[in-house]
Amino acid sequence: MTTAINKPKADPGLETDRLLRMYKQMVTIRLFEEQVNDLYTRALMPGLAHLYIGEEAVAVGICEALHRDDYITSTHRGHGHCLAKGAAPDRMFAELLGKEAGYCRGKGGSMHIADPASGNLGANAIVGGSVGIAAGAAFSAKTLGTKQVAVCFFGEGALGQGLLYEVMNLAQLWNLPVIYVCENNLYNEYTHFSETTAGDILARPAAFGIPAESVDGQDVRAVYTTASRIVDQVRSGNGPAFLLCNTYRYRGHHVGDVNREYYRAKQEEQRWMAERDPIKLLSEWIIGQKLADNAQLDVIHAQVKSEIDAAVDFAMKAAYPGIDQVEEDIYA
Amino acid sequence: MPEVAVRELTLGEAVREALAEEMRRDPRVCLIGEDVAEAGTPFKVLSGLVEEFGKTRVIDTPISEAGFTGIAVGAAMTGLRPVVDIMFGDFVTLTMDQMVNQAAKVHYMSGGAWKVPMVLRATLGASRRSAAQHSQSLHAWFSHVPGLKVVLPSTPYDAKGLMKTAIRDENPVIFFEDKMMFKFKGPVPLEEYTIPFGVADIKREGDDITIVATSSMVQVALGAASMLEEIGISAEVIDPRTTWPLDEKALIESAKKTSRAIVVDEGYERYGVTAEIASVIATGAFYDLDAPVKRIGAMHVPVPFSPHLEDATIPSEQLVFEAARAMCKRS
Repeated sequence: MTTAINKPKADPGLETDRLLRMYKQMVTIRLFEEQVNDLYTRALMPGLAHLYIGEEAVAVGICEALHRDDYITSTHRGHGHCLAKGAAPDRMFAELLGKEAGYCRGKGGSMHIADPASGNLGANAIVGGSVGIAAGAAFSAKTLGTKQVAVCFFGEGALGQGLLYEVMNLAQLWNLPVIYVCENNLYNEYTHFSETTAGDILARPAAFGIPAESVDGQDVRAVYTTASRIVDQVRSGNGPAFLLCNTYRYRGHHVGDVNREYYRAKQEEQRWMAERDPIKLLSEWIIGQKLADNAQLDVIHAQVKSEIDAAVDFAMKAAYPGIDQVEEDIYA
Repeated sequence: MPEVAVRELTLGEAVREALAEEMRRDPRVCLIGEDVAEAGTPFKVLSGLVEEFGKTRVIDTPISEAGFTGIAVGAAMTGLRPVVDIMFGDFVTLTMDQMVNQAAKVHYMSGGAWKVPMVLRATLGASRRSAAQHSQSLHAWFSHVPGLKVVLPSTPYDAKGLMKTAIRDENPVIFFEDKMMFKFKGPVPLEEYTIPFGVADIKREGDDITIVATSSMVQVALGAASMLEEIGISAEVIDPRTTWPLDEKALIESAKKTSRAIVVDEGYERYGVTAEIASVIATGAFYDLDAPVKRIGAMHVPVPFSPHLEDATIPSEQLVFEAARAMCKRS
């Protein structure tokens, strides 16, 4: 099946600083995730991780349109959302390694990064589990008159969860400032979304009267431009919105999912990486428009690399929580 | 001691008064649920609240228990103190992911970064001739989950004081009211008061046997205690009031004093609240017990409709009386 992509005209006047910031954020997520994979492969990280590589433009484009105190909820594939919203790589890595210096003091791990300082209500390992929480944050914002908005990130797999439709109905009835960002990376774990999704995705929010559109999730300029417009509308009290971001998960469902031929062809992956890579697309635009040159982008890349290396070093050296902490934080 | 002004309220009125007082005290408190506003719920417990607090704080919802419970979780995390109304306790099954995987876990999973100060009100109890999907007592499920607190008031006095504590608590609290007790009357002081969680209350003192009872089973236990008194057995009735936190010490002390204990609860007996409390007493009072701890819960059947069948599934005064008499070896 296909879902039509509206081609919003990416604002050609996006200021250079913003483009370079988004470039840096995408590179940060990419290198962060490559490092996560490396830690897993070297058996230095407990458990598994679900990598966001390939989808960076979605988190970065959306979060660039948000204020720091706007809320987000994230998913099991959440590292990109958390970093884009303002989490620091060092405390992220510390959490992934189960260290006390991590965002959740080592109690949440890869799938549960939460950070009140950046409005991150938490990544959620129940698919669709946070759609109510995001609407609840929007309900608070509306009730308390704070002008914050809430963004609910979820994958297309969550389209199968009934909770989403209960909550979209409520969000529209109550005119809540919540934005549903559906990242369609084409695969519900190991199953192509066309095998799990009947009808047209955008017709679902449309049935509730929620404004819905789609965007090329590999084009960070388009994501940002579209998100900015939607965020403005939602912030000014026009009720919820739904944005479908068409994207692609380069890696497996999780770091251990390396043999993928039984559900998708290598050529498909190679085609996305070669033709639709979000970092490459943006760097080509920046260079083509002469907003910066290769050398400048290389400097950014090198900066990020050293930040990520330092963050990993911090996390590796950080202490594990004491066993006495196992019963702390059950109750506030 | 100055005399405290007291009047009689029903349990439903006591709950309503607690909600109204907390809503006056704290503008962050709001009520969310099906037909909570003008209808005041089918049980009329919330009647009048929408008139005082308006529809922005007494909020009717679609029939979407999971959806509005999830919204309450998010609202609680971000500055409000929602009280969610789940009309029949059987419908908590629809909220389980939001309560068990979200509300209960947010604080721990975030290393203490976020908290979820919300209350979920629900009913429990059979004998209303409502059959298997409107009659269950599912409080054991929530008592099993770390991160939740579970309250089971048995009197109007307890209901009011415990509800005020629940609303002020920084954690998700499940508050179960027996729907057959909404009209049950009891003394409630005019003065403001709260009742701390995890503190059992001795509803009747006695020396020969301890009857631990929860919710409406407290009245069953008190009825049995009166019958026992007539044959010379002095029964102590103790109500834990919260199944978590659980006042283990008070339960053990009572059992040590009387040397015998029966635990009565309307949840299913198998793997239920009676099992946990019996274990606490058996372990804590082992050397003082003269008999194994006896458990009396609901029969392990879906609650049937036909009245004489339904009545057979619920612990009765007669059943408790006979069990106690046998344990005390009186005929």
